Amino acid sequence: MASPDSSVAPLPAARPDGGALVNDFSIQIATANGSGSQSSNTVLLRAIFQMGVPVSGKNLFPSNIAGLPTWYTIRASRDGWTARKKEVDLLVAMNPETAREDVLGLRAGAAVVYDAPLALAELRGDLVYYPVAFDALVEPLTKEPKLRRLLRNMAYVGVLARLLAIDLGEVEHAVEKQFPGKPKARDLNVAAARAGFEHAATLEKRDPLVVRRMDRTAGKILVDGNAAAAMGALFAGVTVVAWYPITPSSSLVETLIGHLRRYRIGPDGKATFAVVQAEDELSAVGMAIGAGWAGARAMTATAGPGVSLMSEFAGLAYYAEIPAVIFDVQRVGPSTGLPTRTAQGDILSTAFLSHGDTRHVLLLPGSVEECFTMGVDAFDLAERLQTPVFVMTDLDLGMNVWMSDPFPYPARPLDRGKVLSKEDLDRLDGFARYADVDGDGIGWRTLPGTPHPKAAYFTRGTGHDEKSAYSEDPRTFERNLARLEKKLDGARDLLPAPVREGSGEAKVGLLAYGSSDPALREAREQLRREAGLESDYLRVRAYPFSREVRAFVEAHERVYVVEQNRDGQLAALLKLDLPPALVPRLRPVPHLDGLPLDARTVSEAIRAEEAR
Amino acid sequence: MATPPTPAAPRTNRLGLTVVEYKGGKSTLCAGCGHNAISERILEAMYEMGVPPERVAKLSGIGCSSKSPAYFMSRSHAFNALHGRMPSVATGAVLANRQLLALGVSGDGDTASIGIGQFVHLMRRNLPMLYVVENNGVYGLTKGQFSATADLGSKLKTGVQNDLPPIDLCTLAIQLGATFVGRSFSGDKRQLSAMLKAAIAHRGTAMLDVVSPCVTFNDHEGSTKSYAYMKEHDVPLHELHFVPAFEDLAVEYDPGTTVDVTMHDGSHLRLRKLEEGYDPRDRGRAMARLVEAQAGGDVLTGVLFVDAKAPSLVDLMNLVEAPLATLPTEAVRPPRAVLDALMDALR
Repeated sequence: MASPDSSVAPLPAARPDGGALVNDFSIQIATANGSGSQSSNTVLLRAIFQMGVPVSGKNLFPSNIAGLPTWYTIRASRDGWTARKKEVDLLVAMNPETAREDVLGLRAGAAVVYDAPLALAELRGDLVYYPVAFDALVEPLTKEPKLRRLLRNMAYVGVLARLLAIDLGEVEHAVEKQFPGKPKARDLNVAAARAGFEHAATLEKRDPLVVRRMDRTAGKILVDGNAAAAMGALFAGVTVVAWYPITPSSSLVETLIGHLRRYRIGPDGKATFAVVQAEDELSAVGMAIGAGWAGARAMTATAGPGVSLMSEFAGLAYYAEIPAVIFDVQRVGPSTGLPTRTAQGDILSTAFLSHGDTRHVLLLPGSVEECFTMGVDAFDLAERLQTPVFVMTDLDLGMNVWMSDPFPYPARPLDRGKVLSKEDLDRLDGFARYADVDGDGIGWRTLPGTPHPKAAYFTRGTGHDEKSAYSEDPRTFERNLARLEKKLDGARDLLPAPVREGSGEAKVGLLAYGSSDPALREAREQLRREAGLESDYLRVRAYPFSREVRAFVEAHERVYVVEQNRDGQLAALLKLDLPPALVPRLRPVPHLDGLPLDARTVSEAIRAEEAR
Repeated sequence: MATPPTPAAPRTNRLGLTVVEYKGGKSTLCAGCGHNAISERILEAMYEMGVPPERVAKLSGIGCSSKSPAYFMSRSHAFNALHGRMPSVATGAVLANRQLLALGVSGDGDTASIGIGQFVHLMRRNLPMLYVVENNGVYGLTKGQFSATADLGSKLKTGVQNDLPPIDLCTLAIQLGATFVGRSFSGDKRQLSAMLKAAIAHRGTAMLDVVSPCVTFNDHEGSTKSYAYMKEHDVPLHELHFVPAFEDLAVEYDPGTTVDVTMHDGSHLRLRKLEEGYDPRDRGRAMARLVEAQAGGDVLTGVLFVDAKAPSLVDLMNLVEAPLATLPTEAVRPPRAVLDALMDALR
């Protein structure tokens, strides 16, 4: 199996900073799945972060528990770029199965730290090699063969610390953070890192890569999007969680369960939440919808295959107007194949999920911070709009570690939407569930259990009148559909507005969403610097689209819509939304290889288009 | 001058409600449909038990049976959900508000075919709810196809014979760990009423499989779910007597001939044995007896199994007493200090 991706562009000839390449490179660590390298890689990432250098980490892992190849990429960027970098500057080759191809895929001048028995130096003469006998390094640390295998990984962290001038103290601090309350594991890992560090003193440094202290990470946090979304749900006051395990969303719910157990069980042992691991996604969303109907803040989390199974329920909730929050951590396609690779492949199918004239609210977080804030907002919006709200993250955002500002405590109180109490009913002497009394298309609802003889209504799907009585009357049905459309149209003004960057004067517009954001921002810089191409950038954050989206397309001659799917799914939604005259301005830029988007892919595609 | 006679005050239950206040809309099912009789028994049982209609959540899937919640208890919220998916909706609703009395009405197609997955998991979770299957062995709304509970050898009106074995929902439920399993017949008013009341008092899933003949598609010669077949093959295991907690236990009973089950709320279910040796607290024996009866073409009715002590899902989750749905913000949104601590841990 080849190394996932590498470019053969040569290293820049002129190096700023007197020959050294400071705080601007990427490291790729190739190991086997299940070998415990994840801890080591996190420690390495964190140590660089603690030195004030912006970092990002991408885990490229197989759908497997142990044995298959895994690559972890750490990017250090003094400019703060956090998108994946295509080019590998330093390879740590620990996996015999992929070592050969990993090395052959590197560009000239790259450095390779490798397990000495792999004898990789014979493969190519244009690389910098650092062979290390890892077995010999960890042999004195423990007698247990199993532990030794794990410690080999921490030893490469020590080797890299020496080679890259990472403060060993920061490595030790990061180890401590990695193994809280486990002094034995901590000590062994520190010893392994030290052994690597000491050994590397014997290596002659022949590459230009250096980490030097900066102050660009002060106050920042490191977190993955699933953990961020879990915290969002926690601070949204979620009360009912139903889920079915599926990669890459499982860690979202598992993290949330940990928080709920810690923060939402009273001194009397009583829980203010219910979590059910359902038998499938059909049931998971059914529970969320049943709970939403009965007034709970209810959610589920899933990925594409789960969303497909939720289709019929999503339609029912749309027509019956029931709030629920569905986190979709997107990944590549159905069944087996690339379940552990990232994509933005569910946008179109989720927007119209189910049969009939359904249309759903999608939130499109573009950072871990937005996984949190939109994780909170989704519950308010679902209850305000009385409809399912889908939070569309993806594997890259959800499972990789990102640097972020700390999350803000929610400023607004919970918005529980339009719910009539017993007292309201006393005053009103009854109500009609689906009457548009406020002119915004949103009716007032009552919750089951409301102790009032006129509280009840009969919830059903598409065919109902304003009082929720069964009806097949054509006029009634049309009226209801028109009201639902009005409600969804009004949602445009309630949903997170797009984020604009640029002067607004450029002829070229870039439009993207979700985890593409870091690559887009970097690509704009590349276009400006390398091609003199100015661009404006609009990051869309929700569907139905804000009215600003149309204004953006109107203001630009060409709008490149960058997406992590083949067919331009968001572009398709835009085409439905925009006046036909504006549609030809849209130019899809697809990225579909399952790897996180990088800036180079975007800037090159746009340069090629602009040159036509 | 003669004083006009004062009209007798209408009968009321312990809440002061008349039975009219438990009525629903007019049934649109066929005249003579067993489901209509079951709707009547349900509303009577709720009335007699003094359940506030506003506390009840009626839930159903899709099918003739699933329409029937519209025909009783209009003062209760209702949710006509998806085909076969009512158990999940009920689970969510009960977890959101544990004070609701969830009443699910399903059919044999809705439960034993499309909904078998959700049914199976509902049984093992022991969600507190009353789950009634109106079982007629046939799909009514789609005009007369066999369902998965149709007996081997039973015939459609067209003469087509069923050659696949039936799913016996009671045997299945007992095997899965259900805690209250009963079978009755829509035509047996006394038995069904007592069983419904006991099921209402049960804390856990009470699954009642009620044979409810379809007069249009499955009430002919050769059907095993017809009125005529049930009259000949209904084998009641016991005489059911239910004494609610709010009534005095006046009558003594003979432990030799009667099983007394104390329900969670203090009410009593008394089963005067008609069949020697049948004990509805013995899971293994109950299953064995059901299999045996089925082989002989008999329909065993009565409370087939009951475990009044098993914890329900709500008990296992140790939920607060108040409905989760309406907890105040301070109970569900942790304070700023919690977010600060979480952020610190990520630095």
